[in-house]
Amino acid sequence: MEIIMPLFIAVTVVFGWVKKVPLFDAFVAGAKDGIRVLIKIAPTLVGLIVAVDMLKASGFTDMLCEMITPLADSFGFPKEIVPMVLLRPISGGGSTALLTNIYKDIGPDSFAGKVASVLAGSTETTFYAIAIYFGSVKVKKTRHTLISALAADLTAAVTAVLTVRMFL
Amino acid sequence: MLNYIFGTIIIISVVFGIATGNGSNLADAVIDGAKDSVSLLTTMAGMMLLWSGIMEIASRGGFTRVIGRALSPVLKKLFKNVQKDSKALDYISMNVSANLLGLGNAATPFGLSAMGELHKLNNSDEKASDDMVTFVVMNTASIQIMPTMVGTLRQSYGSSAPFDILPCVWISSACALTVGLALSKLLRQ
Repeated sequence: MEIIMPLFIAVTVVFGWVKKVPLFDAFVAGAKDGIRVLIKIAPTLVGLIVAVDMLKASGFTDMLCEMITPLADSFGFPKEIVPMVLLRPISGGGSTALLTNIYKDIGPDSFAGKVASVLAGSTETTFYAIAIYFGSVKVKKTRHTLISALAADLTAAVTAVLTVRMFL
Repeated sequence: MLNYIFGTIIIISVVFGIATGNGSNLADAVIDGAKDSVSLLTTMAGMMLLWSGIMEIASRGGFTRVIGRALSPVLKKLFKNVQKDSKALDYISMNVSANLLGLGNAATPFGLSAMGELHKLNNSDEKASDDMVTFVVMNTASIQIMPTMVGTLRQSYGSSAPFDILPCVWISSACALTVGLALSKLLRQ
């Protein structure tokens, strides 16, 4: 699977060349945007990683996990990612902080680490998306949007466990 | 929203930490957390810049339009009330293609324009139309070919194969999207 990364870059470059894109100029302009994104997420990430680390150090997450363990176990769900499942639809930065915490504690290649990665890659910050899209047109009655979107998030949590168990 | 989350987390951890005698751990967490988060940002920086650059080449070459054209038959089925040549469908397909490429910053403006166009076709002023619900549900389920952020993060923490999760991500987001769209269709009326 690792070959996909260089392959993707190669395909993109060939495609850009055929389409007469000024390759390096475009690359540099895009990378500049990348640094802007990085600077934009830096304060959020610093604040939330500290907050999540504090919550962990206080012993609160351990207690919470212990309470959830029986339930999570009965579904074959790794308990370490339960907090992330709950925070994911609400806060992108917060769930990224939890994700890095999982990587740090049990490693990105562990079962829970992989499930958390799949979950992070296949879901969005649901509440944020609903707020900006409906807010932009001043629509207040969003009808069945939230319930459908949350059902999708829950599905992703379940399929993340199933697919990692099946393929990795 | 984040204001409350941030405040609650800090208060819970300080109160709970002191009550359970974890006060010194708490102090370490503050110092290490601040340090770790910055070192994480610097580790991520290289990959983030690289991917943003590559994606810009894709986007300038019209990758989004190519994908958009491939998607348009599916989108026409999903958005029944949108006329075939309408601007709304164009914006929707640009939004979806940008999302597929992980160009979140480019996807949002297209998405906002799409919402504006869909609202023009909406009969009500403050109630969402079926198409608007479908569109937003589609945007809350992430459909990404290359989840670069997750891959970069995994690599930063020493993963031996940061992108080995790709097939799982694709299947998982496809399932989530299907459930979201099916449910939003079922709940109409």
